[in-house]
Formats: sequence, C-alpha cells, structure tokens
Amino acid sequence: MNRVILIKYGELTTKKGNRKIFINTLYSNILKKLKDLDVNISKDMSRMYIEYDSTNQEIILKKIGEIFGIHAFSIAYKTETNIDALKEMLNLVLKENLDLEKNYTFKVETKRSDKSFSPNSLECNYIFGEHILKNFPNLKVNVHDYQVLVNVEIRKDYSYIYLNEYTGLGGYPVGTLGHGLLMLSGGIDSPVAGYLAIKRGIKLNLVYFEAIPHTSLEARNKVIELAKKLAIYGGDMKLIVVPFTKLQEEIYKKVPGNYSITIMRRMMYRIMEKLTKRFKALAIINGESVGQVASQTLTSMNVINSVTNIPVIRPVACLDKLEIIEISKKIDTYDISILPYEDCCTIFVPKHPIINPNLNQCLEMEKELDYETLIAEILDNLLVINISSSMENIYEDIL
Amino acid sequence: MVYLDYSATTPVNPEVLKSFEKVVREYPGNANSLHKLGMKSFHLLDASCKQVASLMGVSKEEVIFTSGASEANNLAIVGTVLKYKNRGKHLLTTKLEHSSILETMVFLKTLGYEIEYINLLPNGKIDLNDLQNKLRDDTLLVSIHHVNSEIGIKQDVNEIGKILKQYPKVIFHVDGTQAVGKIPVSLENIDLYSFSSHKIYGLNGIGALIKKRPIELEPIIHGGKSQTIYRSGTPTHALSASFAKALKLVLEDFDNKYNYVLKLNKRIREFLETMNDIHINSPIDSIPHILNISVKGIKPETILHALAESDIYISTKTACSSDKSLSLSVLELTKNADYARSSIRISLSFLTKEEDIDYFLKVFKEKINELRFMKGE
Repeated sequence: MNRVILIKYGELTTKKGNRKIFINTLYSNILKKLKDLDVNISKDMSRMYIEYDSTNQEIILKKIGEIFGIHAFSIAYKTETNIDALKEMLNLVLKENLDLEKNYTFKVETKRSDKSFSPNSLECNYIFGEHILKNFPNLKVNVHDYQVLVNVEIRKDYSYIYLNEYTGLGGYPVGTLGHGLLMLSGGIDSPVAGYLAIKRGIKLNLVYFEAIPHTSLEARNKVIELAKKLAIYGGDMKLIVVPFTKLQEEIYKKVPGNYSITIMRRMMYRIMEKLTKRFKALAIINGESVGQVASQTLTSMNVINSVTNIPVIRPVACLDKLEIIEISKKIDTYDISILPYEDCCTIFVPKHPIINPNLNQCLEMEKELDYETLIAEILDNLLVINISSSMENIYEDIL
Repeated sequence: MVYLDYSATTPVNPEVLKSFEKVVREYPGNANSLHKLGMKSFHLLDASCKQVASLMGVSKEEVIFTSGASEANNLAIVGTVLKYKNRGKHLLTTKLEHSSILETMVFLKTLGYEIEYINLLPNGKIDLNDLQNKLRDDTLLVSIHHVNSEIGIKQDVNEIGKILKQYPKVIFHVDGTQAVGKIPVSLENIDLYSFSSHKIYGLNGIGALIKKRPIELEPIIHGGKSQTIYRSGTPTHALSASFAKALKLVLEDFDNKYNYVLKLNKRIREFLETMNDIHINSPIDSIPHILNISVKGIKPETILHALAESDIYISTKTACSSDKSLSLSVLELTKNADYARSSIRISLSFLTKEEDIDYFLKVFKEKINELRFMKGE
C-alpha cells in the first residue's frame, strides 16, 4: 500500500541531549499500543512512519490519538523521490481526498530533509503548484487563506505527500520521566490528575485505599474501571489496594472528629512514602485541588504534607472543578467517577472537619495511635491487581 | 432426530458449555467472598452482567440474575406489588400469559388484589382502547408478554409502553422469554423485562429480570445483598457467564437467522394449507419461530406420540402446562373450543435444517392420514 501514517514528535524535539531516549520510548510505546494490528514502524530523528493494513486505519488512528509524545500525525502517501513520481502521486492524493466537483483554494508546502535534492523547496512549491493548477481546474492558489495545505516532504529514499493533519495529544512519551504513584480514590479529580501526570511522561502505578466492609467491592470495581481508562494512556499499570480498615477505625475511635480527616490523610501519605520505596516511584501524585475541601486548604496541606519528603505533584491543584470535569469527560472517566459508591475519604466524614489544623496537636493525637504497627501490617497485606487497557478482553475465551 | 420444540427449550450451544466448564474449573471462589479467589469470580460475574446489560441496551445496575424466567416473572410482579403496596391493588394482564404470570396473578387475587384481563383483537394483539379503559388510578402494574409462547403472537410492547408512560404510577412488566434472540428487543418504554437462558441456546437454571431505574422491588428471596439487593443466594457466576455468552452468540448474524426461520415457516404453512381439516392458529404476523395448528378430530397427544415414534419432537400447548386438556391461549384467540382442544405447536430455529422440514412434512401427512383411517374417516 502507498499510504503510511506519518508521526511528528511532540515537545521532545526541544530536548536535544535526551532526544534518542525519547524517540525510542515513543517508538516502543507505539509498538505496544498497536501490537495486534499488523504494523511496521520505522523511525528517524524527526519522523516516524507506520505502514499498516488499510482495513485497520480507523482503529490505528484512534489509538495513535491516545499516545503522548506525538505533536501531530497524518495519513501520508509514500512515493519515490523524483519529481515525476511526486506529480503522479499528487494526482492520486487529491483525487482520493477532495470532492473535485467543488472549488478549493490551496497552498503547497515543500520540505526537504535531503538538502542535496534539486530543485530546492521553493522551486518545488512552484512546480507542484503549477502541476495542480494545470490538472485540477477547481483548485486555485491562495498562499494566505487556503482551504487545503498540500504538504510535500522530500527525503532521500522516499518522499511523502499529505493533506490533513490530526492533532496529537502532545506531552512526553510515557516512561521518559520515571515512575510515580497516583492516589486513586474513585472521585472525579484523581483520575484527571493521573491523566495529566501521564501526559508529562510519568509512568504510573495506582494506589487505592480501601476500608472493607465500610467501603464495598463495587467501590473497588469502580476504581478498577477508572484504572483501565488511565491505562489507555499510561499503558499497563499496577493497582495497589491498601487495606486501610483497621487504621481508619483506630483513627475514628481515638481522634477527635474534627481532626480525623487530617490525621487520616497524614497516615495515607506515610503509607504512600513507604509504597514509593517499594514500587520505585520518584513522586506521589494526587487529585488535591486547592481549597476544594477542608483537607485541601494551604494550612491543611502543610500539616498533611509534612510527613513526607517525597515530591507530591498535584496536577489539578489550580484547576476549577468545572475544568477538572471537562477533562474527566474527555478521558471518559466522569461517568464512572459519579457512580455512588463510598470510598475511604467519604466514610466517617465529620460534620465540621478542621480547616486550619495545628501540627503539634496532630502529633499529640498520633501518640495515641499505634500506627506504626498498623502500617506495617497494612504493607504486609497489599493486594496488587494488574491493569491493562485491553482488560475488556481478559474474558474473551469465556464471554 | 428432528427437533421442532425449540420454544420449550433449546439445545445448548457447545461454545456456551465450554464457557461454563472453564468457569467452573478455573473460578472456584464464591463471588461474594472477599479474598482473591472470590474477587476473581466477582470480576467475572460483573463482566458477565455488563455484557448482558450492554446487549440488552441497559446499564449493569439494571440486570438482576434469577434462576430463570418464572422467577423473574414472579419477582417482577410480587416484588412490585410488595414495594408499591400503597399505590393500589389493581393489576392488568392478558389471558395469553405464561402460567408463571397467570398463576402468580391468581395467587395475588387470594391476597385481595384485583386482576383484570385486557381484551384481545381478532389477530391476538391486545386492544389498546380496552387497555386505556381499564387503567385506573389504583392500577399498579401491567404485565404483558412480548411473544406468546404457544401461538407466537407478538405484542407491540413499545407502543403499549408509550401509552403507559402517560400513567407514571403504572409499572410496565413484559415477559420477553419467547422474544429475546428471536426478534429485535427495545426496552425503551419498558420498566421490567424477563427472559431466560435456556430459550437462547444457553444452560437451564438462569434467567434475568431487567429492572430499569428508578423502579424498586421488594425481594422475594431474602438473605441480603448478593449479585443485587433484589435477589439473594450465592451468585451463579458460571451460569451467569454462560448466559452472557449465549446471549451474545444468539444475537450474532441476527437478520440472516430470522429470515431463514421465516422461510422455513412459510414452507410449512404452504404445505399445511393443502391438507384438509387443519387450522393454522398462529396469525400471519406471529413470529416465524412458532407455528400453532389444530388438527380436527385428533387428540394432540396422539399426534405428539405418533411423531415421536418417527423421532420427531413437537409439543402440545406449552411444556409447562401440558397436563391440562385445553389451550387457554388458543381458546382466547380463536374462541373455538375444538381448536383449543386439538392444538399442537411446532417451533423452529435457525438450527432446523431444510431436510428436517421435508421429513417432518412427509411423516406428518402420513401419520395424520393413518390416524384418520384408523378412526374410519
């Protein structure tokens, strides 16, 4: 087939020294994503080309639209690098992609990566423009206000022509920035935070705090569903289920109601810090948004955050709820998030949680708790579930 | 063997059986157990539920697995009546219902409920004017079959549902046991919908009640939350998975299967029309999978046994009520006791072969002639 998908790299083009790692990571991410789709991928320092079976075009385009590190992509027509072959291919491209009964304005934009190729780019624009004008009477040149941009990329062995470009997701290839641990609750914010962290190239594993029987298996299932959505962008990941019941009950029993959330969050961060070591993560990521709830005031954040030295990244910290919802709808997690199952943070909620907690008071209260033993016990009883975006197929041989 | 009793039960699709076996072997945990094995079963159950939901066009919270359609019908009716007891005591249904509905209604009558039967038009469809006339302020539930099991009459449940939407207090239950897998099903205007696995080439022992939100039900089997809060008992994750599989498979290549059965039905109808003293009870727009006929002067059981001698299997009335001597459905439709006393049901499937029909028609004619000859006709 003469069509390939041409991929333009995202922000990574600016990172000179690391470029190779970035491209290789993107390459392997694309390869993983398209593994069952019979594709052949080649790459150089500025482009990737995917040869594919045309019956899979739609699904491949969809999947490429889910990969971070891609600035733009298009369906390009591949031909030999000589003027006559390019002219012939131009005819085909325009016939296949335009309704030639209609009038269009166009512009030709030629790029030569092979600078030894003659004529030069500007001359090529004239040659191809003239060719189009001669053969397609309904197309008129307008280099300022055009409807169709005819891209011609001239390379050493093969050249490519393409019209439309799809916008890629941008961001960095997942994995280029190391590992992070996302605190995934089941609400609207944390999946969005995870998505944004993935966008910046962080490879995620997920942590879910669970307090069975106060929280239900449906709640866990909901988190698994959210995790599957994140895995579409972030690749395979682990969901670490933390059995939080005993510790949470201990807090509920011994800590004054207004401080219970503050102390609970401090305990969660302590556990997170231990988990970052075990799962080799360099950052904790969560869906905290400044001012949204009592534990997310700046005073609360100070008191809570002080239990750990690991960087805590809060991608949605400064987004409005509506902005967060908008992203959650885009990544298809909203409808799952709003299912009404209680999670750890919504059970035992005091009427008036403190918004300006005092660190010394927290430390006093924590003396009453045997939390180190309980945390050790928790860490011995983690449940790890492997999540893959293609998990819908795990029952393929049954359902 | 020529099996023409698919409306009684269907042979299990080997793929379905394979799923069942695999789950029984590899998913030993109780789906309600909190440990790893339990979780594994729970996730499979959940995925099965989701598959059934999506194939039926509802959400997974709206699927209640039951032991079959009879239980689903009982849960729909009794569960509604108990939950909404303050709304009234008036229930509407038809005389063409399956016994699991008719008998439930009779039972409720002994508890003081008032049951009324909606009139039928000569073609077997319910009289929509009569339905509207019979609806009252205290009408709690309307229960109507999608497809009648003996004759194959198809009700326009969507139209009925639209009418009932104007009465927001009335809950609309549809028994879809003979419809699912045979005709397209849309649940848009329906509150409760029953169907069963063993009518769609699945295993016996599981069915489902679709319960649309925000309808609530009082459970009739108590014991706390299981797959849903509406039905207790250890979740049957192996049966549920096999049911989801069966539903998926039966809906594949749907149009071709339907048209093929329609063709078979036409052949039988055309042949029977050339024979004397045979009355075709199924109206022409019945579903093609069911053909109900009456053979004048010969007892249906006699025909059934005569055909069975030649390894052909049909049924008299529905399998569930074979001990009674008269078909209420046929009587209700034809108003003719002779027809009702002599009706047999031939039910077809996409699995039925053309040669099966050749053989059946040949043997049927021979046997009828023989039986008539013996009677000295």
